[in-house]
Amino acid sequence: MLKSTSFPVRQWLLSYAAALFFITFVLLWELICRFGKVPVYILPSPVSIVNAFFDVEFSRWLEHLWATLRVALMGFALSICISIPLAIAMVRSEVLSRTIYPALVVIQSTPVVAVAPLIIVLMGTGDMSRVLITCLITFFPLVVSAATGMLETPEELIELSKSLRAPRYRETWQIRIPYAIPHIFSGLKVSITLAIIGAVVAEFVAAEKGLGYFIQFSTSFFKIPQAFAGLIFLAVVSLVLFKSVQWAQQWLYPWSIPKNKR
Amino acid sequence: MSKASERAFVRMEQVGHCYDPAAGNMAVQQIDLEIHRHEFVAVVGPSGCGKSTLLRMVAGLLIPSAGKVSVFDRQVTEPRDDVGIVFQKPTLLPWLTVRDNVLFPLKHKYGLVTAADKNRAEELLAMAGLSQFSARMPDELSGGMQQRVGIVRALLLNPDILLMDEPFSALDAMTREQIGFDLLNIWTENPKTVLFITHSISEAVLLADRVLVMSQRPGTVLDLIDIDIPRPRSANTINTPRFAELTARIRKHIYEPEAHA
Ligand SMILES: Nc1ncnc2c1ncn2[C@@H]1O[C@H](COP(=O)(O)OP(=O)(O)OP(=O)(O)O)[C@@H](O)[C@H]1O
Ligand SMILES: [Mg+2]
Repeated sequence: MLKSTSFPVRQWLLSYAAALFFITFVLLWELICRFGKVPVYILPSPVSIVNAFFDVEFSRWLEHLWATLRVALMGFALSICISIPLAIAMVRSEVLSRTIYPALVVIQSTPVVAVAPLIIVLMGTGDMSRVLITCLITFFPLVVSAATGMLETPEELIELSKSLRAPRYRETWQIRIPYAIPHIFSGLKVSITLAIIGAVVAEFVAAEKGLGYFIQFSTSFFKIPQAFAGLIFLAVVSLVLFKSVQWAQQWLYPWSIPKNKR
Repeated sequence: MSKASERAFVRMEQVGHCYDPAAGNMAVQQIDLEIHRHEFVAVVGPSGCGKSTLLRMVAGLLIPSAGKVSVFDRQVTEPRDDVGIVFQKPTLLPWLTVRDNVLFPLKHKYGLVTAADKNRAEELLAMAGLSQFSARMPDELSGGMQQRVGIVRALLLNPDILLMDEPFSALDAMTREQIGFDLLNIWTENPKTVLFITHSISEAVLLADRVLVMSQRPGTVLDLIDIDIPRPRSANTINTPRFAELTARIRKHIYEPEAHA
């Protein structure tokens, strides 16, 4: 009996938990700033951040957004184009996997922030160098997830393919890659948020537009609420991109999502 | 040439295999077996004795390190495409409908399927009582239905040899018996040479023409028993004295192997 009455409450909590948390958080933040007399350069209040957001012309926001989004999405796309074939090559050839994996780990553990200035020096301050920096940050999780997914294909299906004497590219296309779809999408979700980070890092080094540039520029002029507004805008963009990847998976490959979550 | 060897379809001569030549221990050894055309042979034996190894050798997925496996007097040296394999798990592709799963071997081997193939897939599904599920996704089917789809998939290319590796072991007892009889019906309608691996002694006796009993690892042939129970067999077969005798004989091999050493 208790259970039947508590169930709707639970349901309600599940659907509104995030919103409730968010509202409480913002309210507390506003209260602390107002009554705690926190200086604005340490923590601007939500209201001042909202005001700062509307003080900047909308067309300027769009300009900065487009600059960042363009680099992030191009870097992300480039990284997909590189990492999926690389993963296929690694799965198909033991030798390649043994040579490429260490190289990948070395690239991944090199701080891109430190390498970014070098890339800009080498390739100039155009979009290309920023796209490359983004790509460097995003491709590792993609390669690893795609390769893991393809290697987790049940041995039985590989044997089935062998016993049909099918050409090997069909084993890859019709069995391994579809099997890797759930893994690939986990990788894509990580990568898309990293893509924004990559674009911002690149803008910190060299750019005259973009949300990263905007935040850095605002901070250096002590426009802290404006910097916060940029930061929050960036977070929202990341969230939307992340959700878009989720929607794409739901739309294109509904079978790849566990049944109870569809 | 003797009459028996003329009729042999699958033949194993002193077959042995060692997965790890460095360690040098054999997984199976000195297997001699002749299977006739359209014969139903079941294999029982303790876990790890090399039953799956044997099956993979017939399929050409594994080349034995000793002895020789031949099918129709041709030595098996590479994977053969005239075998249908049914695995312990149904291993259907989750992104394809039931019908496309059944058609998968064709699509995978040749890259295309014709309208005639689709009809054949529907016919096979009807034979397995799955007509109304052909447009469903595999995860909408019960385990028993999925395994039926797996069998239908193995039959699509109309193979000469059907290799089944513990195909029913994931099913509950009732489903298992029913699907066993269904398999016998399919086999009677389109006769095939069947190599059927199972953990269940009664299942082996109920379905097979002959039962191969294997020893602990390294697996060898302990006994090869003719199951002279007349067909068609039914649920009543289990209650006959002959059935009890034969299962008892196999059980003795499994539980008192030293009696034969
Ligand atoms: N790929 C492999 N590499 C090394 N050893 C293997 C391999 N496959 C099987 N073996 C070994 O060979 C032996 C026989 O294995 P096999 O799978 O044929 O047994 P099985 O009779 O089918 O067992 P089960 O009833 O548990 O399925 C086992 O002891 C196993 O450890
Ligand atoms: Mg086995």
